[in-house]
Amino acid sequence: MYTDKVMEHFKNPRNMGEITDPDGVGTVGNPVCGDLMTIYIKVKDNRIAEIKFKTFGCGAAIATSSMTTELAKGKTLEEALNITRADVAASLDGLPPVKMHCSNLAADALHAAIKDYREKNETKHEVNK
Amino acid sequence: MTKQKLVKMDYAAGKPVDPRVIEAMLPFMQDMFGNPSSISSLGQGAKKGLDEARKKVAELINAERQESVIFTSGATESNNLAIKGVANRSRDRGTKIITSTVEHMSVVNPVKYLTTKGFESVLLPVDKYGIIDLNSLENELDEKTILVTIVFANNEIGTIEPIKEISRIVHSKNSILHVDATAASGQIPIDVKELGIDLMTISSNDMYGPKGAGALYVKEGVRIEPLIHGGGQEKGIRSGTENVSGIVGFGKAAEVAKQEMKEYGDRLTRLRDSLIRGLTESIPYAFLNGHPTERLPDNVSVRYSFIEGESMLLSLEMNGVIASSGSACTSKTLEPSHVLLATGLKHEEAHGSLMLTLGKQNTQEEVDYVIELMPGIVKRLRAISPLTPKELKG
Repeated sequence: MYTDKVMEHFKNPRNMGEITDPDGVGTVGNPVCGDLMTIYIKVKDNRIAEIKFKTFGCGAAIATSSMTTELAKGKTLEEALNITRADVAASLDGLPPVKMHCSNLAADALHAAIKDYREKNETKHEVNK
Repeated sequence: MTKQKLVKMDYAAGKPVDPRVIEAMLPFMQDMFGNPSSISSLGQGAKKGLDEARKKVAELINAERQESVIFTSGATESNNLAIKGVANRSRDRGTKIITSTVEHMSVVNPVKYLTTKGFESVLLPVDKYGIIDLNSLENELDEKTILVTIVFANNEIGTIEPIKEISRIVHSKNSILHVDATAASGQIPIDVKELGIDLMTISSNDMYGPKGAGALYVKEGVRIEPLIHGGGQEKGIRSGTENVSGIVGFGKAAEVAKQEMKEYGDRLTRLRDSLIRGLTESIPYAFLNGHPTERLPDNVSVRYSFIEGESMLLSLEMNGVIASSGSACTSKTLEPSHVLLATGLKHEEAHGSLMLTLGKQNTQEEVDYVIELMPGIVKRLRAISPLTPKELKG
């Protein structure tokens, strides 16, 4: 059912865990649907310096989370925002059609984490002003 | 990571055919290929095979006479034949059909179909073990109720329903009881006379016979309309030249099941209970789905909080174990099992379910292997999950 790459990321997920003092956090999905993902980022000089994930879900959900963190690591925020669900699926040599939607949310979690970081920073700027 | 021999614990999805069954079938695919409706010696040889199979299936369920067994293509057809057959026959008498929230799709969907044709359906609720609420049955049952269709034992959670009580209630209002005994076929003793069953679905493959064969028990005097019209085979209830070799295999499987049921049931029950204990007692937040004792000998259904079923299945398969899950991610609809939800589980709980169904081939050694494997799998997936509470980490 899954490609070797999906299975490899499922067996050995990259960047799994939490960041205790993250600059941004993004959570998407819902345990009711069977998929829930959280991505934590540390940002330095407008780049993703550190990234971690936690995921409740099927094999595809775990593998796409892992791959998303791999793709985003070291990228500028603008580059990271351009990472799409399709990019993640393609980097895993494809996903079964039924998994393309519900289990492929990690890119959205990444975008949400960046948004969270920017919002926090804008507030900081405003406070500084 | 890889183990040479596969440990198969998904026998509810499909069973291998018993070698004795294959041996019984072979002559009917080669020398005795005749049409049982033909009067030639070739045809009569096939008819003899068919009659003997009918007798063996009738004996397995203690039917009053062998003619009460109508052969079909399998359990789905038998369920459709019973439900639509009664509905089409009894329309003048009423349009109400009572069923439950824990039925197989081959009961759910025919009933749903009939509701688009002017029939009304009532779904009886179940308790946390999946046992049908008898008070609801009594309250819902009225003179307009033409059929009550209930599963004998659930294929997902293994719970055995109180069929004798259900039968007593149904007949107190002169309605008709159809029982879907697909998953129970050949596993536990079923006596249609003692239980007072009017119509009952039985499956060949579920008792190590070939796929593509099944039967509907139709009690003498119970009238149903056919689904398939044609040459009038099977007393006109199911036309079409019989699948002779498949039915002969079904008959042999029924004979073997009757002879070996006690030994088989006892052995599987021991393996089942050992597996249930091992999978729940040593792991925190682990629970059994279904009834602890009113349960099919082959069924183990457990759930683990904070993790999802398909990732458990993949982890097991990486270690050479084949199982199945009640999770949405393993279904076409992306909805978790309606049976698990009916027992009161929340969606996220149903997603964390794992089903292991045992077969004749399983050993205590295999059970021990799975018990040894599971804590590590659950621990790893919980480490990845954001839902895992702090005290379980580390």
